[in-house]
Amino acid sequence: MELIFSTLINGLSLGGIYAMIALGYTMVYGIAKLLNFAHGDIIMVGGYIIYVFLATNNPLLAVAMAVVGCVILGVCVEKVAYRPLRGASPLAVLITAIGVSNLLQSLAQIIFGSAPKMATVYDFGVVKLMGATIQISSLVTLGVAFAVMTALTLFVKYTRIGRAMIAVSEDRDAAQLMGINVNSIITITFAIGSALAALAGLFYLLKAPSVSSTLGSMPGIKAFTAAVIGGIGSIPGAMLGGILLGMVESISYKITAIAPYTDAIEFSILIIILLVRPTGFLGKKRREKV
Amino acid sequence: MSQYILETKGLGISFGGLKAAQDVNIRIKKNQIYGLIGPNGAGKTTIFNLLTCVYKPTTGTFYLDGEEIRKLTPDKINHKGIARTFQNIRLFNNMTVIRNVMVGLANRPEYKCTVWESFFRLPRHFRVEKEMRDKAKELLRIFDLEEDRNGLACNLPYGKQRKLEIARALATNPKILLLDEPAAGMNPHETEDLANTIRFIRDHFDMTILLIEHDMNFVSDLCDEITVLNFGTVLAEGQTKTVLEDPEVIKAYIGG
Repeated sequence: MELIFSTLINGLSLGGIYAMIALGYTMVYGIAKLLNFAHGDIIMVGGYIIYVFLATNNPLLAVAMAVVGCVILGVCVEKVAYRPLRGASPLAVLITAIGVSNLLQSLAQIIFGSAPKMATVYDFGVVKLMGATIQISSLVTLGVAFAVMTALTLFVKYTRIGRAMIAVSEDRDAAQLMGINVNSIITITFAIGSALAALAGLFYLLKAPSVSSTLGSMPGIKAFTAAVIGGIGSIPGAMLGGILLGMVESISYKITAIAPYTDAIEFSILIIILLVRPTGFLGKKRREKV
Repeated sequence: MSQYILETKGLGISFGGLKAAQDVNIRIKKNQIYGLIGPNGAGKTTIFNLLTCVYKPTTGTFYLDGEEIRKLTPDKINHKGIARTFQNIRLFNNMTVIRNVMVGLANRPEYKCTVWESFFRLPRHFRVEKEMRDKAKELLRIFDLEEDRNGLACNLPYGKQRKLEIARALATNPKILLLDEPAAGMNPHETEDLANTIRFIRDHFDMTILLIEHDMNFVSDLCDEITVLNFGTVLAEGQTKTVLEDPEVIKAYIGG
């Protein structure tokens, strides 16, 4: 019973992190129609910013600076790397994204060295819940992740910028001809995605307090997997995919026999779902007119 | 204030060696219903794309109400007062009918509302949102779409989708409305209905309309003046009746 409960909490909090990262992938894909493979590295940059500002002994300041820094970085990456390629072939954009990812990782290595840095943001301690020992940080992660996802859902659904975002994702040219400034909508999307990535970086440090230049790689790939499982371009899909993947990972780690194969299991799920349902769980089918 | 609401001067564009449009001069007076006709591939939609700055002209320029606007982006063109529909309907399919119209309304200055106001649901947000909803309903009523407002746009029958596109374009409060084959795929009854709606829009909204159409009855019934394009150049222009009787025009259409 305790085992089930602690697995559930861990799964949900890890799933919340994946979901937040996956939202960045899925929103950018839905609106700008590009796969931002540098998204994972924004998490890493967020981690390093937290590490730097922890020197002030003010964790809140460090987190705030990470969010601001990541938003600025995300918006700049879009302006410098992706905007000039608007209308170029998707392959060119994809390669650029991989280039940006390498650039960010290399810059981090040049500045901070290749050895991981310790960054203990805050020790929340543990709590006994239903007989299980639970990290309070997991509960915080879970709570913040769900609050952020709710806020984002409401934002997209009920604000006019949200409405404009959906319009752009439905048909960019038509939206522009209806007077929507597509560039500023894309900028806002990158800003939101990067802010979520910064928060994801924070929660990663709460789980394991060490920053290295590859901090964002694995979570980035996992979250991308989550976004595809949920249906890339779909916001509820990213949340669903993220939580599903988090649960699978958490359960798999608890079963000794399959624990070493956890990553393989997660990616196998991706392959199976792509075979059965190529659009992911909540992805839209694009009907082609003949 | 210029004599013409929309005027093109020597407008032309080439794609590589292909001159999709060249030296096109069109002058449209306020409150006119103006037709743009021509055989397939004559460059009619290309002209629409030039007028909305989707394409940048290789030569020539155009003026809206005396103001040269060829260097703007499509969204700014819309703010200046040109709105359009598409030959192959391009609605926001997975949004409701009323939301499609509200996307068009949202860019009007009278419905301005900041992100924070709408995110924190301040009173202004509710007021503006209600005004927009009422305005959207009013527009939908004109097109007989009010009953369908909460359904998804993609579930509307074809004829209604065409009407919704016009409603959405009209929602952006344009000075001139460009309609790309509004009657395509409609039966004679729907076409007649559409002609009446277009006249109503002109009178009720004090609107100028430029339309592309293949249905000659529709054009001769509705348009005050027309321009005939063939292979990207102007073949004839003037009063609808005169132009349609021009032997050159008949030859271009039925071959000679």
